Amino acid sequence: MDTLSLLQHYWWFLISLLGALLVFLLFVQGGQALLYRLGYTEEERNLIVNSLGRKWELTFTTLVTFGGAFFASFPLFYSTSFGGAVYVWMAILLCFVLQAVAYEYRRKPSNVFGERTYDIFLMINGLAGPLLLGMAVGTLFTGAPFTVDRLNLANEGGAAVISQWATPWHGLDAVANPRNWALGLSVALLAMILACQFLAHDIDDEAIRSRIRTCLRRLAGGFVAVFVIWLLTLLMADGWTADPATGVISVEPHKYLHNLLAMPVVAILLAVGVIAVLCSIGMAWVGRRRAIWFGGSGTVLTVLALLLLAGWNHTAYYPSTVDMQASLTIANSSSSLFTLRTMFWVSLFIPVVVAYIWYAWRSLSRRPITREELRDGGHQY
Amino acid sequence: MFTDYLSTVDWSRAQFALTAIYHWLFVPLTLGLGPLIAIMETLYVRTGDDFWRRTTKFWMRLFGVNFAIGVATGLILEFEFGTNWSNYSHFVGDIFGAPLAIEGIFAFFLESTFIAVMYFGWGKVSRRFHLTATWLTAIGANLSAWWILVANAWMQHPVGCTFNLETVRNEMSSFSEVALSPVAVNKFLHTVTSSFTLAALFVVGVSAWYLLRGREKRMASKSIAVASIFGLLSALATAWSGDRSGAIAATTQPMKLAAMEALYDGEQGAPLTVIGVLRPEAERTSNDEAFHFRIDIPKLLSLMSFRDTEAFVPGINDLIEGNPEQGILPAAEKMARGRAVIDTLARYRTARDAGDTQTMQRIAALFDGSTPQGEEFLREKFAYFGYGYLDSPQQLVPNVPLLFYSFRVMVGAGCLFILLLLLVWWYNRRDSLTAKRWLLHACVWCIPLAYLASQAGWIVAEVGRQPWAIRDLMPVSIAASKIPSGSVTTTFILFLVLFTALLIAELSILLRQIKIGPKNE
Repeated sequence: MDTLSLLQHYWWFLISLLGALLVFLLFVQGGQALLYRLGYTEEERNLIVNSLGRKWELTFTTLVTFGGAFFASFPLFYSTSFGGAVYVWMAILLCFVLQAVAYEYRRKPSNVFGERTYDIFLMINGLAGPLLLGMAVGTLFTGAPFTVDRLNLANEGGAAVISQWATPWHGLDAVANPRNWALGLSVALLAMILACQFLAHDIDDEAIRSRIRTCLRRLAGGFVAVFVIWLLTLLMADGWTADPATGVISVEPHKYLHNLLAMPVVAILLAVGVIAVLCSIGMAWVGRRRAIWFGGSGTVLTVLALLLLAGWNHTAYYPSTVDMQASLTIANSSSSLFTLRTMFWVSLFIPVVVAYIWYAWRSLSRRPITREELRDGGHQY
Repeated sequence: MFTDYLSTVDWSRAQFALTAIYHWLFVPLTLGLGPLIAIMETLYVRTGDDFWRRTTKFWMRLFGVNFAIGVATGLILEFEFGTNWSNYSHFVGDIFGAPLAIEGIFAFFLESTFIAVMYFGWGKVSRRFHLTATWLTAIGANLSAWWILVANAWMQHPVGCTFNLETVRNEMSSFSEVALSPVAVNKFLHTVTSSFTLAALFVVGVSAWYLLRGREKRMASKSIAVASIFGLLSALATAWSGDRSGAIAATTQPMKLAAMEALYDGEQGAPLTVIGVLRPEAERTSNDEAFHFRIDIPKLLSLMSFRDTEAFVPGINDLIEGNPEQGILPAAEKMARGRAVIDTLARYRTARDAGDTQTMQRIAALFDGSTPQGEEFLREKFAYFGYGYLDSPQQLVPNVPLLFYSFRVMVGAGCLFILLLLLVWWYNRRDSLTAKRWLLHACVWCIPLAYLASQAGWIVAEVGRQPWAIRDLMPVSIAASKIPSGSVTTTFILFLVLFTALLIAELSILLRQIKIGPKNE
């Protein structure tokens, strides 16, 4: 493997890791979706919002960094997917805008629209955010109708656009594919399960914990069913594979199953991740507070493995359903060797970032939040 | 189809401008209030005086109200590069993406991690750790400004890159040239110090409001003491970096400078117009016919642009029609050279489709900068690539009145702020500020003026960049995504309604919090 290819794989790994961390941190959205399901009184909802609110910025920042890192390492994906599937991405952005202001404004006096409106904003973001993100990620496996010709720049006006969408639906095409729905629902349900685990760990309140257990039991069955269906269809599905010598792309039956067999480390990551998530559900079922650590690490490992399946082993991580040769692989869509190398040095700083996030998280979350803490005053959402 | 795309371009520009304007209504206060809060908390930790803790927490509360919406609009901006400007994203993503990613890794995580400690860490972490968290939040915010301004500066003055024919895009060849280009460094200094000034004026203005009502006298006076000196130093630094910006624009973006000054005919010893009223566009063909009236300072424009009172400053007509004496090519010639490059790309595509590798290799050799032939082609032809997409030389002229008046609003307000902050600092130091009610009223009115000046600054920077998305390389007319203009119109209206509603909520909350004051801290 030459240096460029090595760096392309390295950057796909980092993108996958960021994506995996993002899915874990979507527990914030999951908790927002369950706000009125878990919090019956105003005080209970405040407890939930103040527990989640101390982490919302991390989810938001991970999403922003995920976008920035994708732009830096695979700019052709950025221009093709964002510039094509514009309706889906705009919907995602809009529901994240609603979240950003809702925490800070919901209980401030003179907030114009009232606390209930901001709580609805939180719930819209909580339900739609993970669902839409999951469906958008689903297209990495199911493809999208786009064409790419870099030499379109030899044209003028709209014809000069390099990446073009072949249908007028601009991303809404994803809605027509049940596999995208299955992944979207899996992500949304997982976010809610992780939220239950996080809130059980972070809030010291028996009434809320009792509701969390009931809620989690209802969610668990649905999540396992939908996720297993999605995973099985993935392993059975055809994939687009690129010839490493020529770059020519062709269809390979059971591509993702083959990827698992060809990359045993990824297969182990996936297995460990799935088992950890299932264990965490079992732990939370019986009321164990540490379930979130299993759920979180299991989610990261599972999503990491799935995204590696999408991009490694010469797989087209963004297949074109209308022009197979336009499909994006990590080899044909990456930044230059110089940029990837420069960004490699930057990425060495990531462990420091993780370390200080961990330290700050531990400093604030040493003790669970209680009703008494909220009654004592201090900054609140 | 072509018309529909142009409409998409216009709506995309409008949408990006809308998002950027709203974003910049909130960000400068975050950038400047962060260090001010950190200074106040430092005073608390050093003196142990609980007064400073309450003062810090009060300003921190206002910081929080403002912070959230800046984050929200920032997210939209980042992704709009992809959704609305996909050609741009491909053409320069190899360079432009890196600063955005670094911004996330280095700055956003710093900011988002420690802001939680800043708000919820009181009493949970040690005083010193809390103070560190506050400083790191402020540093994180300003560090993020560095990287996004590096990206913006690169659009104004693309450096440290080469064109790769195989990938049909510009690729980074020197990270240091991109990250430390004089345009980027100066833009950062100018933007950040102007944000510090705005935040200082905000603190001074709110404190002045308290003094006018005879409330919170100690907090107001002490806050003014900190903010006025901080703001004065920042405003002086803004003026210094602004002067440098003009000098840099003279060499890197002469059309922007000429349009800012409504200078139609270049001249040696060019005067600077302090104020003036422009004639309608059709009548503005020369320096003599450009203004209804004007007040000039002789030779000042030459001095500020080139540090030489007799230097030649090119005008709009020189840049359009060319000026052989000054070595300025006519725009028509640049357009012809740009078209030649586009034609070369078209021939390359034809050869690729026909499998004609010989022609492909011959053309590829033209873009190889390591050979004399390639070096000459890149310097003499490809340097004007973007001109090839223009229909007429007149497209090169940005909106002159908007630039001319915006620039004067920015500079005029900046000068006023220096004077105001100096007076406020002086009278506050002598304990006689409360008696100067006219000055306190002026402080309150300077809050909206600071926002106006700040927005005017960005209008100068971005309208002055037109018609380019990337100067000389890619005009906005081919940078956009190919999406229906109706969809961009819809999202534009959606964002307009949403951002306006959130702005109203933010202002309402902010004003209420100011009325409540620090009594709950």
